[in-house]
Amino acid sequence: MEVTPPIVEIIDISKSYRRGSQVVPVLKNITFFIPQGEFIALMGPSGSGKTTLLNIIAGIDRPDNGTIKVAGLDITALSESELADWRAEHVGFVFQFYNLIPVLNALENVELPLLLTGLSKKQRREHCEVALRVVGLADRMDHYPGELSGGQQQRVAIARAIVTDPTIIVADEPTGDLDRKSAEEIMELLERLNLESGKTIIMVTHDPRAAKKARTIKYLDKGVLNNDVLIEAAYKECLKT
Amino acid sequence: MFLLKLLIRNALRHKLRTFLTVLSVAVAVLAYCLLQTVIDAWYSGVRISSSTRLITRNAGSLILPLPMSYREKIRQVDGVKNVSFGVFFGGVYIDEKNFFPNFGGEVKTFLEIYPEYVLTPEDKEEFLKDKRSAIAGQKLANQFSWKKGDKIILKGTIYPGQWEFVIKGIYKGRDRNVDETRFFFHWDYINEQLKKMQSTRADHIGFYIVEITAPELAAVVSERIDSMFKNSIAQTHTETEKAFQLGFVSMSDSIIMALSAVSYIVIMIILAVVANTINMSTRERIGEYAVFKTLGFGGLKIGGLILGESLIITTVGSMLGIVLSFPAAEAFKEKVGTTIPVFYITGNTILEGLFISVIVGLLASIIPIYRGVRTPIVEGLRRIV
Repeated sequence: MEVTPPIVEIIDISKSYRRGSQVVPVLKNITFFIPQGEFIALMGPSGSGKTTLLNIIAGIDRPDNGTIKVAGLDITALSESELADWRAEHVGFVFQFYNLIPVLNALENVELPLLLTGLSKKQRREHCEVALRVVGLADRMDHYPGELSGGQQQRVAIARAIVTDPTIIVADEPTGDLDRKSAEEIMELLERLNLESGKTIIMVTHDPRAAKKARTIKYLDKGVLNNDVLIEAAYKECLKT
Repeated sequence: MFLLKLLIRNALRHKLRTFLTVLSVAVAVLAYCLLQTVIDAWYSGVRISSSTRLITRNAGSLILPLPMSYREKIRQVDGVKNVSFGVFFGGVYIDEKNFFPNFGGEVKTFLEIYPEYVLTPEDKEEFLKDKRSAIAGQKLANQFSWKKGDKIILKGTIYPGQWEFVIKGIYKGRDRNVDETRFFFHWDYINEQLKKMQSTRADHIGFYIVEITAPELAAVVSERIDSMFKNSIAQTHTETEKAFQLGFVSMSDSIIMALSAVSYIVIMIILAVVANTINMSTRERIGEYAVFKTLGFGGLKIGGLILGESLIITTVGSMLGIVLSFPAAEAFKEKVGTTIPVFYITGNTILEGLFISVIVGLLASIIPIYRGVRTPIVEGLRRIV
């Protein structure tokens, strides 16, 4: 059996927040590995630390202890500006509330991450058109976010996430603000990106239907990774919350 | 291009707020330009002062006269090229509110020493020939609709009587710094009458204008002239024309200081207005900046976005203010008439207006940039929810 090397190595990660004089632990000694081409869902009740873990993997937050390696690079050792450059090259983000820039149209929103590359204007446009075609919005390039439905906005956000061909795509509750039909379309799109393009996707979700599209589910509870929870049990836990 | 488009669209997100901020910058820059122009007008005499002209006056006071006999002695001083004299006449035209400076003098030498007062050769010839003639500046002539050949009566205040002059020419300034609101005539005309009526006041003048051969001789020639009359009944004080003009300006020091203070207060006010607008925009967009940072935009780029928006607002406002200051200055000039003879917006004032817009844009964005750059991504993203 062929063993796929891990693209993300999470080793003994801990994180706590300070609330006044109180120190609240959020993640406690988390260790696991994500193979290349994996589609993983992080589940767990509210406050379990799944978004914090996702932020640390994506390099927008730092752990108190532990190491995160992505494609062999220890990102916890990078400075802020090195981390920004690393994110621009290796991470595609999909947010719950799409986070598109309202004064830019779909094409311009997708073009944003490419401004940090050395591509020419023509090359940038070609990349954006391909990305928007992949998400099925080639005919909505000139539309501003306010002129698009929630599902369409999320697809533009996915196009923005894939346009730089990143090493990993992180998605934080990508269906959290969508109706059921749009949520299904988005999950099918992410599944297609994983299956057809081999993209490694790490997704935080509360939605068991969304989690079902993932190949692996990790369940977090009170900052601890609970590997004993079966998928069905995880669904039930999440449905409770 | 992309970023400029983004900056403009960001600035136009709250159209009313941006419009009001631009308008307040425009009004402030307009006020600054007008105040600076008023201050400049005070110094117009200093600006056109020649480095080869000296003024010799009574050492006791400017209002005390000097004997006409000094003229030939001054002419003999080494380094002196030409000598003229002038008397501030203080005549009133019809009513005291029609104030304009009127001077008697030795007009031939005066026109030689002051080439910036430009007359046509014909007008000059006629003016020099007729002792009862006078010349007026173009602005002054325009104000009272005077033309060549008109008879003008000035009521003497320092030299009592009704004095009739015939306009023989309208002079123009060689450039726009030259005062075109003056009235010049032959002192001989007044002096001859004084000899008959008030002989003790005759053959005395107000000040000498001394043209020297080279600017570097100013101190030596001044010293030579003043030492020559050291033990005479009317001692002299000689100084450069510039120092003489600055002496007048210094009498209005407190007014100039007040005007300068007001113009700086105006700048502080626009700084506060712009800082408030940029601060509000940054606070509203802290989540978006977090998204930019997530995508890999570094602190410099985020700072650039905030600074760029601030500069767009202040520069547009400043340019609008500068454009509006021209018609405003014209209207102001019309209103004040000959009270402020040289009044125009200089290139320096325009550059200062633009410089202020850059400085205000820069200062107003310091705190918003700090906030935009320093807010952690995770905290910024939380603000979107």
